[in-house]
Amino acid sequence: MRRAFHAPRSIRRRLTLQLVTGAALIALVLFVIVFNFARQIGSESQDRILAASAASILDETSVISGRIAIDIPYSAFSMLDNASDDRVFYRITRDGAGLTGYDDLPAAAQAGAAPGFDTVRFRGEDLRVATLSRRLSIGGTPVQIAVTVGQTRDALADVLSRILRVTVILGIGFFAASAMLAVLAGQSTANSLRRLAGSVSRRGPQDLRPVVAEVPSEMRPLVASLNSLIARLSTALTRTEDFIAEAAHRVRTPLATVRAHAENTLRRVDKEENRVALREMIRAIDESSRAAGQLLDHAMVSIRADQLDLSPVALNALVGELVDRLRPVADLKDMDLRYRGDGPLEILGDPILIQNAVRNLLDNAIKYAPADTPIRVTLTHQGRSAVLTIQDEGIGFPESGAAHLTGRFARGENAAGVIGSGLGLTIADEVARAHHGKLTVANTQGGPGACVRLSFPLR
Amino acid sequence: MRFLLVEDNRQLASAILDRLAIDGHVVDHAEDLATAEEYTSTTDYDLILLDIMLPDGDGRSFLNAERARGKNTPVIVLTARSEVSDRVGALDMGADDYIAKPFDFSELEARCRAVLRRRTGTATNTIRFGQVALDALAGTLSNGSKVIELRNRELRLLEVFFGAPGQIIPKSKLVDRLFSYDEDVSENAIEVYVGRVRRHLEGSDVSIVTVRGLGYRLAVP
Repeated sequence: MRRAFHAPRSIRRRLTLQLVTGAALIALVLFVIVFNFARQIGSESQDRILAASAASILDETSVISGRIAIDIPYSAFSMLDNASDDRVFYRITRDGAGLTGYDDLPAAAQAGAAPGFDTVRFRGEDLRVATLSRRLSIGGTPVQIAVTVGQTRDALADVLSRILRVTVILGIGFFAASAMLAVLAGQSTANSLRRLAGSVSRRGPQDLRPVVAEVPSEMRPLVASLNSLIARLSTALTRTEDFIAEAAHRVRTPLATVRAHAENTLRRVDKEENRVALREMIRAIDESSRAAGQLLDHAMVSIRADQLDLSPVALNALVGELVDRLRPVADLKDMDLRYRGDGPLEILGDPILIQNAVRNLLDNAIKYAPADTPIRVTLTHQGRSAVLTIQDEGIGFPESGAAHLTGRFARGENAAGVIGSGLGLTIADEVARAHHGKLTVANTQGGPGACVRLSFPLR
Repeated sequence: MRFLLVEDNRQLASAILDRLAIDGHVVDHAEDLATAEEYTSTTDYDLILLDIMLPDGDGRSFLNAERARGKNTPVIVLTARSEVSDRVGALDMGADDYIAKPFDFSELEARCRAVLRRRTGTATNTIRFGQVALDALAGTLSNGSKVIELRNRELRLLEVFFGAPGQIIPKSKLVDRLFSYDEDVSENAIEVYVGRVRRHLEGSDVSIVTVRGLGYRLAVP
């Protein structure tokens, strides 16, 4: 699970999470600050009233004929009145000895003439006390009069709890609003990414135009590098296809020249050993040109099969046309190429690939079957598939099985003496797979010859 | 027959010209599209053999232009490019057929014949000796009142004999003409076909005579 922390699978989730966490932290800090501030203000205002109360008592303390007279003013306690039932305690001392009030009320420590404050425990309750003192002179003797006023803190607690409630509500409200904004921000960020991804993935396999989706400025470098990648891919594909076509041209033209001259020479020479040599030469040329052609075809088929350009293909017409094209070749061996096809069977596919696959299979049949034998080509509708069957009366596939012959450069052990590259079935198999179809090769049951079946799912 | 060969590779062109001349055709050779257009504007050809990659353009554009001008001379495209994409393009442009380089002359011959048969259908190609006549284009042999449909190898065998009446033709030459180079055949395999052809010639004044140790000879009146 650590991985999930380092590489979250969703930018939207990560962004939202970060924003929500930030909002929660800010809400918490805000709450602590506001609450402490409120408590401090509440506490300070109580202190001020307590000090004022103590001061007003002290003001009314005087020395009358050598005796200390205290007239506690009404206001001293009325100013401490509030909505709560806070109780008020006081104590007046002369040089530390109690004069009046609660003798056990603790005094707050004082620094100089300023009032001292303290929070004390008194009779089971928390009290805030303020102590103020004054020097009087009795017959020339200085005495220290100290007044301590204490008050329970119920009102303050009450106010604080109200402030707390409001602060909590404010904090939660702030958090909720921020979280909502965070989710929206996450979504809008993810949306612009999703729009870009959509505009790339909706396009067809042959569509290598640059992406022009509207994106935020931060994503422009991504789009730019995507476009440069697309441009390079398109150049590379074009270059590869051009290269294949060019390579075929470069290899085949000189081979054609040599072959044509060899054939012409063969017609003119009479000496047997020269004739044998020329025949061998022609065979070698055929072998290399076929291998080169098939290799380049195979490369082209692989490129196209990776990125299928699908269009409706009328299989019946396609096979019929191919059979017509190959009839002159079959005729050379007095072979009867018979074709029977079921109605218009339409599939979704790349016509060039399908044509190549079928031509390879027909080529094989013409090559491997002996002269004067028929080749039966049938196209039938079976369930949800169109099945092309090519049956010949040739040597068939070797006893050891035919399944491995769809592998690259695999040739049957009984195929020696026939020119071939071992790529024909590979190409047909690759084309079948790319179209979710199937190629099966077997020997005809109860008879000589091979039976090759190529099936494609119907539209 | 009058052919036009449009091919920029001189060596290949000379070999093709050589062969077509052996077969008795008259062939003009153009090395580029401009020359080819000159030829087609002054001469009517029976067939055009057209290469695709030419120094001054794509053979297919020439084909397109020819068809646009209303010229219907049959065209066989010679292609050395990858077969996956090019062949389709050539046929869409109005070519009658295509053949991939390097090609077997027998295949070229067969394709020419098929195209000519499809396009002209006229029996201008008859060779007659005594009571028999061979129509190579239609693939028939008439013997008196009988008209025999020949199989392809029978036809090619008869073409060899009818092209050189009275001459001794060795078995090995016949093997070259009838069988493809990747078939391992003995010279005796020829006897089967000679036997078939002899049956077609029965009752006429033309016959194939065995010349012991040398081959066969067509005896004509």
